[in-house]
Amino acid sequence: MVENRPFAQFMAYLTLALGVVIVAFPVYLAIMASTFDTATIINGNMPLVPGDQAAENYSRTLFYGGMHARQPVGMMMLNSMVMAMGIAVGKILISILSAFAVVYFKFPFRKTAFWIIFITLMLPVEVRIYPTYKIVADLGLLDTYTGLILPLIASATGTLLFRQFFMTIPDELLEASKIDGAGAFRFFKDTLLPLSLTTVAALFVIQFIYGWNQYLWPLLITTKSSMQTIVIGIKMMITTTDALTEWNVAMTTAVLAMLPPVLVVIFMQRLFVKGLVETEK
Amino acid sequence: MEKRAHISGWTLPLLLILPQMAITVVFFYWPASQAIWQSFLREDAFGLASEFVGFENYVFLFEQPEYYRAMVTTVIFSTLVAFFSLACALLLATQADKNIRAGQAFKTLLIWPYAVAPAIAGVLWLFMFHPTLGTLSRPINALGINWNPMLNGNHAMTLLVLSATWKQISYNFLFFLAGLQSIPKSVIEAAAIDGAGPIRRFWTVIFPLLSPTTFFLLVVTIVYVFFETFGIIDAVTGGGPAGQTTTLVYKVYADGRLGGDLGGSAAQSVILMIIVIALTAVQFRYVERKVQY
Repeated sequence: MVENRPFAQFMAYLTLALGVVIVAFPVYLAIMASTFDTATIINGNMPLVPGDQAAENYSRTLFYGGMHARQPVGMMMLNSMVMAMGIAVGKILISILSAFAVVYFKFPFRKTAFWIIFITLMLPVEVRIYPTYKIVADLGLLDTYTGLILPLIASATGTLLFRQFFMTIPDELLEASKIDGAGAFRFFKDTLLPLSLTTVAALFVIQFIYGWNQYLWPLLITTKSSMQTIVIGIKMMITTTDALTEWNVAMTTAVLAMLPPVLVVIFMQRLFVKGLVETEK
Repeated sequence: MEKRAHISGWTLPLLLILPQMAITVVFFYWPASQAIWQSFLREDAFGLASEFVGFENYVFLFEQPEYYRAMVTTVIFSTLVAFFSLACALLLATQADKNIRAGQAFKTLLIWPYAVAPAIAGVLWLFMFHPTLGTLSRPINALGINWNPMLNGNHAMTLLVLSATWKQISYNFLFFLAGLQSIPKSVIEAAAIDGAGPIRRFWTVIFPLLSPTTFFLLVVTIVYVFFETFGIIDAVTGGGPAGQTTTLVYKVYADGRLGGDLGGSAAQSVILMIIVIALTAVQFRYVERKVQY
């Protein structure tokens, strides 16, 4: 800042603090709701300080589930974890290999291949849901982890990101490793991969969050309650008649559903910001 | 851009690119072409036979008042979310860009909602503004407003806009902050020496220099509202009351699943695809050109 004006400083703190409070308030309420029993919440006068039902709510939700979920939320979290990890790892794997091929080799239809991948940026799952559903059903992949993961791991973001990064690596490295007699595999493993580790980690953080938060796709292809993810599970808990909704269980589930991705953002902030900025270029 | 040095060989690169190609073709191109093909077909009531009907599905779609209503809903929804999320994010980013202590802590405290799933964000806001038990519903009712997002379409839309905005602010904040930090300090100092106060400097120097970021975020936010808010809508209103919060994407889902009208749903998918392709093309074209004065 050019001038040093105490009033402007004060306004900055005030605005930011207000912003933080507004941003955090809905989550604060959810955490509070996860410490009361249903009756306290349903009468509309839930106190804004923690109650004493936290242990009961969390253990019941994790290991037993609600009246309507019929499935322990711990199980749903496991499903979400498998899906998120599968999507993140799968995406990184197939995109680093295809970027390696596109950047470091000359082969027929290289440009075409790149464009075929690139155009998928423009086709989110939402615009082709039923035909994709039909294919997954025909392949017999409904209610399987493969069906949850596979259709979501193909997208151009990863390939573009790795391509962009490989382009910044000096040609001399490849020439040097050629002179040393290293083949394509050695060059990839000993030179390219170690240099790409931060990019891999950044992409992993973004894709983990993306995978964990998927909604429409798991909603369509999971019919068994044992395959439900936590983000889907919470919806099942609140759509029934209002009076029957166990809000304490629902809000406990909401807190549990937010926990893994939010912790990832807070503790891996540098990688998260890097991934976010670079995947959107 | 091309590399000078290459590794020789044909088969290895083809093998390396094969997994991505296979998945892309099976789960992107095949379903997308199926959607286009289906949009020209009409299935009988049992889904056993289908006949080619040309553009009939499209004609039928544009004769439905519900389709126009979904279009209007989508436009209102995205305009409101884009305006509020960009404005709030810009305000917070300009404050965080000032030379203050604890800047990093504020940044951390403001960016985490990005990690919350849209459906969960919707549930949080629904709980807060629930007509009978919501903590903030009482103060609203005390103001003499009969608050009920379950029955009143405007209230439902307000709730959706609030939750969608809440989730998008963190993303826009991060990019605005990065944009602000990349503006050279010398330009701002020069304006200050010329006698421009903080507000004048913002509108005549900083805001124009931020325009590429603003434009980029505008497109990203519109795409977000079009597609990713599906989870919020499904969890909070389910498209209701009486279809008043049904957006274009939600209608594709509802018509195909609940209505079983696959041809009509496919025709809507094709129209959406055209919209996304147009938005992406606009984004690439203008972001490359750097909107700036």
